[in-house]
Amino acid sequence: MSAPLVSLQDLSVQFCGHRKASALNAVNIELGAGEVLGLLGESGSGKSVTLRTLLRLHPERTTKIQGKMQVDGQDVLALKGRALDLYRGGTVSMVFQEPGLAFDPVYTIGQQITEAIRAHEAVGEAAARAQALHMLERVQIPQARRRFDAYPHELSGGMRQRAMIALALACKPKLLLADEPTTALDATVQIQVLLLLRELQRETGMSVIFVTHDIGAAVEVADRIAVMYAGRIVEQAAVGDIVRAPRHPYTVGLLAATVGAEHRGQPLQAVPGAPPDLAALPPGCSFAPRCTHASERCRREVPPLTSLGNRAVACWHPVQPVAEAA
Amino acid sequence: MNSAPLPPSPVHDRGSPAQPLLVVRDLKKHFPVRGGPLERTKKFVHAVDGVSFSVPKGKTLGIVGESGCGKSTTARLIARLMQADSGSMVFDGEGVDEFGGIRLKEFRRNLQMVFQDSFASLNPRLTIAETIAYGPRVHGMPAAEAKRQAHDLLARVGLAPAQFASRYPHELSGGQRQRVNIARALAFDPRLVILDEAVAALDKSVQAQVLNLLQELKAERQLTYLFISHDLHVVHYISDYVMVMYLGQVVETGPVERIYGQAAHPYTRALLSAVPSMDPDRRTESSPLAGDPPNPINPPSGCRFRDRCPHAHPVCEARTPALIGIAGEPAHQAACHLNDPASGHPGALPETQA
Amino acid sequence: MSTTLELSLPTPAASATPAPSRSYWRVVGRQLRRDPMALAAGLVLLLIVGAAVLAPWLAPADPYKASMLKRLLPIGSPGFLLGSDELGRDMLSRLMHGGRLSLLMGVVPVLAAFGIGTAIGLLAGYVGGRLNMVIMRVLDVFYAFPSVLLAVAISGALGPGMSNSLIALTLVFVPQVVRVAESVTTQVRQLDYIEAARMSGASAFSIIRVHVLGNVLGPVFVYATGLLSVSMILASGLSFLGLGVKPPEPEWGLMLNTLRSAIYVNPWIAALPGALIFITSIAFNLLADSVRSAMDIRR
Repeated sequence: MSAPLVSLQDLSVQFCGHRKASALNAVNIELGAGEVLGLLGESGSGKSVTLRTLLRLHPERTTKIQGKMQVDGQDVLALKGRALDLYRGGTVSMVFQEPGLAFDPVYTIGQQITEAIRAHEAVGEAAARAQALHMLERVQIPQARRRFDAYPHELSGGMRQRAMIALALACKPKLLLADEPTTALDATVQIQVLLLLRELQRETGMSVIFVTHDIGAAVEVADRIAVMYAGRIVEQAAVGDIVRAPRHPYTVGLLAATVGAEHRGQPLQAVPGAPPDLAALPPGCSFAPRCTHASERCRREVPPLTSLGNRAVACWHPVQPVAEAA
Repeated sequence: MNSAPLPPSPVHDRGSPAQPLLVVRDLKKHFPVRGGPLERTKKFVHAVDGVSFSVPKGKTLGIVGESGCGKSTTARLIARLMQADSGSMVFDGEGVDEFGGIRLKEFRRNLQMVFQDSFASLNPRLTIAETIAYGPRVHGMPAAEAKRQAHDLLARVGLAPAQFASRYPHELSGGQRQRVNIARALAFDPRLVILDEAVAALDKSVQAQVLNLLQELKAERQLTYLFISHDLHVVHYISDYVMVMYLGQVVETGPVERIYGQAAHPYTRALLSAVPSMDPDRRTESSPLAGDPPNPINPPSGCRFRDRCPHAHPVCEARTPALIGIAGEPAHQAACHLNDPASGHPGALPETQA
Repeated sequence: MSTTLELSLPTPAASATPAPSRSYWRVVGRQLRRDPMALAAGLVLLLIVGAAVLAPWLAPADPYKASMLKRLLPIGSPGFLLGSDELGRDMLSRLMHGGRLSLLMGVVPVLAAFGIGTAIGLLAGYVGGRLNMVIMRVLDVFYAFPSVLLAVAISGALGPGMSNSLIALTLVFVPQVVRVAESVTTQVRQLDYIEAARMSGASAFSIIRVHVLGNVLGPVFVYATGLLSVSMILASGLSFLGLGVKPPEPEWGLMLNTLRSAIYVNPWIAALPGALIFITSIAFNLLADSVRSAMDIRR
């Protein structure tokens, strides 16, 4: 990996509209070509904000963005007008949690994919239609020809999400942003979509940032996982290292709170309290108020994300890996 | 919380401990679908189609299934928030709303419900103490006593009354609101609590807190839970018995270890293997089922799962499998011809055990 | 009690402020007092209402006393601060007295329609089904006519006079209020907290009173405040057409009508009642907007 495809440096996002909030606080992410990063976190952790910032979807008037954001050699924060349009959907595209809301209800699925292709590539109507149909086949929609002329509401949830993926990949983006794409789906459908995403990623070699609150889903698709808390990345490592030997107390708590068969009959090790208010973050580590290892230093100073072997942890007192041996 | 004991419920344990707390027989609910003005035949969504089960006292019955399987409708039918088309219920040995049985109002007192959406289930214009005190007030409890009880309940669910009692729902986090909903349900000293996706909308770390609270309360107050969820991990953790529903029918039910260990219905097995693995070295390689759950408007004839079932056979189309006990394990029942040696399905297990 | 301790930790929102008073209306009031637009609109209304109410004591002259010699004096004439009308009556006094009737005509029909409409809307929304359909279809008939035409038609049928135009205006507003009340009630009725209240065994009356009414009144009230200005303008229109207040009573709409002929002689005088109608209705509208956002305490 010479130059990373995505590079976020000290990216901070503040909302200063009706409500003030520090949604992202100095986030650093590097993602190579063909890599799949899972962004794991709970509500308000800043995982979705990261994706929306990457696409510059926040209203400019009420959003303050600081730091650097480079994707595919382009300075995303400097993009304007046509270049921004081409970047969105061309270089980077996104799959949303609610496919029902991302499609326009008055056009057929086929029309919308065809239109997206024509907006980015200089191809004729017929060629674009053929390409769109091919996309529907690639996301394994049965009877793609018939579904091509279907309206979004005529498809089931799983089919709509597949169509959404077809739309997102229609212009061969280098980076796919997936915002909880399987959360709204049923269990048996969720696994199908996860497998599809994995397969398409392997075929196209694109990079993926997969946002989820479900560790299981992240483990199924991601190579690397970044755990977010209160707008910061608190731990980042290869999937196996995160799952087997988490070092940040929050990651440890999250894994312990993930209910499994082995917990039956005993109380769960819950992380006490609730995530902090993004409008008034504590001065030190944001997790300190809920952390059992917290010291005076944790409440005073924000721990930087420092590398620790083959991982990065933002904690003054990382948990010893032995603790999770059981 | 022994500072102020709750008023004892007038009805307590009428039947013996072995008497199931709730028995549901053949519950049915079909919703008419509004067709176009020219359509003569009326269509129906078979939301709940002949569901029967029982919940033993002091146990937790988990109900799982995908969207459209009828699990939430079942809950609403039991709570009488919706009128069933047919079916009957027996609560601790007494028929509900039947001649000589338990009156509806009495039944309602004994059964409470916690909903998924913690925000929508709280009146935004009442403080949380007012919300909790509302029910007892309706039943004639004096204001001061209802208030004191509300404060005690808040303390019990982990919300310091001095700090929280006079807050409005929008000033609480999702986990705190769900605690308030639990406290409100407890205000009646119920015996059966229906938890309809009660922890589904919560963050993982908060979910664990609420699950712990539910477990503690259950032990403390001898509660019986009907726990409805799509999250198989959570159901495994909290349930004693599990019931799997598919398109408005029960496909399998039994003790939790049997369902998670030796599932007898192909759908249950598919559902369980669709759970993402937590091991990056052993990722799921193929999906157990293709396609989405079908529309409950026109369920297939015979076995409703046959369209997606890898073991489907003509007999599955011709005959509807009955929910019958697995040989040697009568508490574990499945509705699949594979488990019935007499069904004529070529893959059916031969009759080995008596 | 392991779970009891952990929640005394900082939580999102509100834990920082001690929050002195927790009553809903006090929270709304505090919000309103922080809103400069609400304060300004309120102040203007207070002035106008105050002037109207205190007109008999504050008005510099008798609003009925005519003088052939002093007709249509310009604004600022000695003794006639705002000039005089086509019969030589003092404009300032007439405007102040006129506010009494005009404001009455603006407020009374809206209040009446608010009460009647909310009751019908709650009934239709909460009971639902066939009753809802019957009520709403009947109201649709009223809805089919433009409100001005309807007011004129009813007023015409009942005959001129102030009480008749009050009735006419009330009838015009009832269907609109019912619609809003019905749709809000239908939404609220489906929420889980209503189901939770039903689970508690509460009677329908109690549920409506505690859980439905409180959440329906707000939006309907805000809608009704918006009607105040419409009502004032319609009432003025009725008077203008000769269906409302009779001369020589001072009323802004009627004054606008009688001064119409003077528009070429002294346009400023002719514009005065119109300007008051305009200012009052704008103030009502702005206040309604502020009340709407203040009542949404969730944000």
